[in-house]
Amino acid sequence: MTERGIAQDILFLLIVTALVRPSGTYLALVFTGGRTWLDPIARPVERALYRLARIDPERQMTWAEYATAFVVFGLAGTLVLYAILRVQAPLATPLTPDLAANTAISFSTTTTWQAYAGETTMRYATQLIGLAGQNFIAGAAGLAVGIAFIRGLAGDGVETIGNFWIDVVRAILWVLLPLSVAGGIALMGLGVPMNFDPFTHVTTLDGAAQTIAQGPVAALEFIKQLGTNGGGFFNANGAHPYENPSAVANLLEMLAIAVLPAALTYTFGRVTGHRRDGWVLYGVMVALFAAGLGAGHWAERHGTMEGKEVRFGIDGSVLTAVTTSNGATGSTNAADDSLTPLGGAVPLVNMLLGEIAFGGLGSGLFGIVIVAMLGLFLTGLMIGRTPQYLGKPLGGLEVRLIVLYTLVMPITVLPLTALALVTRAGLAGLTVNHGPHGLTEIWFAYTSAFANNGQAFSALNANTPFYNITTAVAMMAGRFGLGVIALALAGILARAPKRSAAGAVPTDTALFGVIIIGTALIVGALTYAAPLVLGPIVEHVRATS
Amino acid sequence: MLWPAFSLTGALLLLTGVAYPALLYAVGRITMPWAAGGSLVRDHSGRVVGSAYIGQAFVSARYFHGRPSAVAYDAAGSGASNLGPTNPALADSIAHAGERFRATNGLASTTWLPSDAVTASASGLDPDISPETAALQIDRVTASRRTTTGAVTALVEAYTRRPVLGVIGEPRINVLRLNLALDSLDPVLPAR
Repeated sequence: MTERGIAQDILFLLIVTALVRPSGTYLALVFTGGRTWLDPIARPVERALYRLARIDPERQMTWAEYATAFVVFGLAGTLVLYAILRVQAPLATPLTPDLAANTAISFSTTTTWQAYAGETTMRYATQLIGLAGQNFIAGAAGLAVGIAFIRGLAGDGVETIGNFWIDVVRAILWVLLPLSVAGGIALMGLGVPMNFDPFTHVTTLDGAAQTIAQGPVAALEFIKQLGTNGGGFFNANGAHPYENPSAVANLLEMLAIAVLPAALTYTFGRVTGHRRDGWVLYGVMVALFAAGLGAGHWAERHGTMEGKEVRFGIDGSVLTAVTTSNGATGSTNAADDSLTPLGGAVPLVNMLLGEIAFGGLGSGLFGIVIVAMLGLFLTGLMIGRTPQYLGKPLGGLEVRLIVLYTLVMPITVLPLTALALVTRAGLAGLTVNHGPHGLTEIWFAYTSAFANNGQAFSALNANTPFYNITTAVAMMAGRFGLGVIALALAGILARAPKRSAAGAVPTDTALFGVIIIGTALIVGALTYAAPLVLGPIVEHVRATS
Repeated sequence: MLWPAFSLTGALLLLTGVAYPALLYAVGRITMPWAAGGSLVRDHSGRVVGSAYIGQAFVSARYFHGRPSAVAYDAAGSGASNLGPTNPALADSIAHAGERFRATNGLASTTWLPSDAVTASASGLDPDISPETAALQIDRVTASRRTTTGAVTALVEAYTRRPVLGVIGEPRINVLRLNLALDSLDPVLPAR
């Protein structure tokens, strides 16, 4: 931990904070049909897409219709990508069915977990049409769900929460595509290649032969962060010098992950008419993010440069580990596996808390709001009042959905981890590291898959039918399980007429922010204390004793 | 539901997976062909010797050496060792790398070594070393060339890149660029 590293962290958070209001305002305009400067270019394309897809832009959807469209769209993306991956032949080796299915689900759920090495497995066309394209589509669908969730809380006795197709199209044409054009060009300027050349063969200065893989990297690089996907063009992902050539490029890529999810708190406040509540959520995000940074820097203070790059150093690796693990984006710039035992636990804990510090695009917002609602329920029990959020009473049905949402992760991740730990097929994945570190490696894999994050303790040999199938199950549960519950909650809340806030627990105060943080930490600790002790903590104690 | 789902998927894939990369490719090709082409660098004779961003293996005494690599600087792939922090293999690998570094550079067994000199990077292709790792190699490089310690030290200094705005990133030296500059300083290579 150096002063320079802390200064870099602060600079990052200052830039994110400065962009929350302008970006959040823009998102609100885009999704409420306001005027933006992109309209002259984007409107004609939008209309053409609606004509082609036979979408009636006037039609609104109930939550059930919205959720069905979200799931069907996700499955369509999965099937198309599966087909692309399987027919790479005869031009390149097709992926095995289990690996192709795992990868297709991985990209259509924004997990972008990669059981393969990009540069040796994928053709350029597959990287672009299959993977980069899917980064846009799946990222847009995630943002759409976040927007629909906000509409649900803003709704006052209405049955509908928007139109999924319109939200997806607008997310791409007004948000992801224009930003990726600007960001992609900036990254090229910083050294990220964009070409279709075959791998370059050179004789090095010292007379050795070297083959240099490259390709259309820039077209994938920015959107993979912006859509909170994270799957790399190369095996080393964000550590590869062509993906992340300098600390400035790294900072830009981290901003691409954090800014839109952070800005959604402002969009939330603006659209619901409760701006202070939005800022409370943002404050909670910053506090949790800073806590992760503090823990990471502390844990890595005696860390080595094993699995880290000189241009980022230990501090820049911690900043990126914390941003990617909170941001549902797997593009780390260091090898998680070689972090100190507690340093490696930091990204794990960030994911287990539900990726609510900024979080995934769309999912971060509904994730933190649901934790806030859970906190209201718990405080309501203590003071004997019906909890109420933004004038919406949280009755029995709402609370059941909130509790179900909270339980999906542990009831998916823990049994799958246990299964891997007691089967030959599961333990066969541990080829490099064993003991408590091996347990962490397996648990991290399912957590990352469920959290739609995609980063890994990469020594785990995960390209086996066992891991390809089980991680795919976790990815689907994390994406569609949580997304559908969030939409159901949004639909039910939209239906309820707004009440006056008289007598309710105030939710626009710093104290409520503390309640949210306490709820997240207590629920997380109660759920995951045992494996945290058996994995990272035992390894830490062994390392220091 | 099915028609909108599949037709939108297809149309949006064309827009984002074909049109968008084509636009970026054109912009890169026209405005920054060198960076878009992978930042390939040439030696004084004009021969392409690698990429400015991709580390390569240096073994000759007259060159500065990069970090240990888990993929032996084979840039057709990339990756880390992924050795866990308490894996005995990691301690062994660091110990061996330390012995090798000290032997190569004629250092006493008590010399403190910077972490980056004895550990494998995350990509296996790290193009940089820390200024401390470079400093420990100056005497060995100077002894293998017809130049002075002062000249080599000045070159190392000149090729040290500082954190941007004083806070973004770490001090670092691109090994390939430093070695190319050394060759210009002292162009007549000793016989191998």
